[in-house]
Amino acid sequence: MKIDLQALRDLVVGDAQADRSIPPTGITARLTVFVSAAMATLAVFALALSLSAGRVADRWSEELAQAATLRLPASPIQADAMLSAAINVLDTTPGIASVHVLTAEEQRALLEPWFGADLPVETLPIPQLIEIVTDDEYDQAGLQARLEAEVPGAVLDDHTRWREPLIAAASRLRAMGAVVLLLIGAAVAAMITLAVQASLAANQRVIAVLRLVGATDIYIARAFVRRFTLRAIVGAVAGAFVGLIAVMLLPNGDVAGGFLTGLGFAGAQWLWPIVIPPLSGLVAFFATRTAALSRLKEQT
Amino acid sequence: MIELEQVAYGYAGTPLFSQLSLDLAEGSFHFLTGPSGAGKTTLMRLCYADLQADRGEVRLFGQNTRALDRDGVAMMRRRIGVVHQDCQFLDHLSIAENIALPLTVAGRADEVAGNLNELLDWVGLRAQANQLPPELSGGERQRAALARAVIMSPDVILADEPTGNVDWEMSQRLLTLLAELNRMGKAILIATHDLNMIRTVKGDVNARVLRLKDGELTHAGAEL
Ligand SMILES: Nc1ncnc2c1ncn2[C@@H]1O[C@H](COP(=O)(O)OP(=O)(O)O)[C@@H](O)[C@H]1O
Ligand SMILES: [Mg+2]
Repeated sequence: MKIDLQALRDLVVGDAQADRSIPPTGITARLTVFVSAAMATLAVFALALSLSAGRVADRWSEELAQAATLRLPASPIQADAMLSAAINVLDTTPGIASVHVLTAEEQRALLEPWFGADLPVETLPIPQLIEIVTDDEYDQAGLQARLEAEVPGAVLDDHTRWREPLIAAASRLRAMGAVVLLLIGAAVAAMITLAVQASLAANQRVIAVLRLVGATDIYIARAFVRRFTLRAIVGAVAGAFVGLIAVMLLPNGDVAGGFLTGLGFAGAQWLWPIVIPPLSGLVAFFATRTAALSRLKEQT
Repeated sequence: MIELEQVAYGYAGTPLFSQLSLDLAEGSFHFLTGPSGAGKTTLMRLCYADLQADRGEVRLFGQNTRALDRDGVAMMRRRIGVVHQDCQFLDHLSIAENIALPLTVAGRADEVAGNLNELLDWVGLRAQANQLPPELSGGERQRAALARAVIMSPDVILADEPTGNVDWEMSQRLLTLLAELNRMGKAILIATHDLNMIRTVKGDVNARVLRLKDGELTHAGAEL
């Protein structure tokens, strides 16, 4: 690690003469910058995808964990008795933070999209809805059992059925984004390794001369490390910038809105792409160093 | 300083020599002669650990070259000045930068300023300092190679056909420079197939002439 710190210091401070000892290369340099830029743009997209999916999964599972709806069957005669029985059960069940019996107005608002504003809900036999907010002690199965015994016909819906697969999908999407980021890092390392090997092969004679006048492998490797690391960073800065602009230009949905319209970064998450260039530089640094040192050992 | 003991070497299984011994002592001056293809360059490369002996031992400053790792070889080369047969310059760097290269790669770039101009004057290349190697004549390149070989103040200088591509006058000039170095106490080994050249400097320095032929190394003082 001490050696690596020294190498990192050399990287920043630089050794102009060591850099000059290896002739500049045109096409490899441009391709390295380009690939690094393209990968950084993809990395921004993967980050956006992963972070958005994460936000959705978090929000949904939070709501899921805390909200449930109790539906009492429509029964004009027993309505009041059933309601008080249900309230009684809820009041005596641990883990229920609050209970809200929907008023006729609220029920009408729920039905309005389908039946219009002038529906006479008071005179219709429609089920009574009760919104429940739960806390950590909430025991779904226990409440279900008590309701079955004391309020026959009541249906407890904690939204698990339809939301669980969505949350699972969102979580998987987040994981996929992370895997994509790792793959991008690995691809950058592989690309740099290939470029370094090509560059070493192209400079074989120069390297032989440097060895003849007493250069160590580290000295020679350093010239390549510095060069490729800087290219990777420059490319990544440009690529991350392009990626950020693209994400900014995505249509912006409301915060609670759908998944697709929420694709992007929120708040401090906008800072995440800043880590892409240094990470790219770090990957390039170690890839170049490893490739150069192992390749130099093979040459005489 | 450089000792070869019962050294065997061959390229791809074809043996070039099988028991070669040589001792380059401090302040000594040796010529290495022999027909083209006898193995003079090969012998020199063994002397700066560019090649490893198949059998026998090569010791540089008392150290067996077989025991050196790659960094160890690099450190050895900083103590041995070599004028390679084909000069071996970096064509994208100026002559001055090429001459300074051993100091630069040793991380002693700060010493370049003090040494370089004196050295350029010594080999008469001040005017060509900023030219690229391909722009120089054969003699100028050889002198630049010699300057690069001595910039680290090595105790041993190996010169492989330093007068190979240069005219008579220039070869005399190069030999004078090498003789000067020898008077400063440096051990010198010059490989050449040019016997005339050897005769002209024999009076100047206390030189031994070695002859490499058919894998044998013999003293050839008498026949000159
Ligand atoms: N790299 C090499 N690979 C194979 N054979 C070589 C190599 N270098 C030299 N040789 C052969 O070894 C022999 C000695 O070469 P060299 O040491 O260059 O002789 P000299 O310097 O005396 O002319 C020659 O026959 C040459 O062809
Ligand atoms: Mg030769």
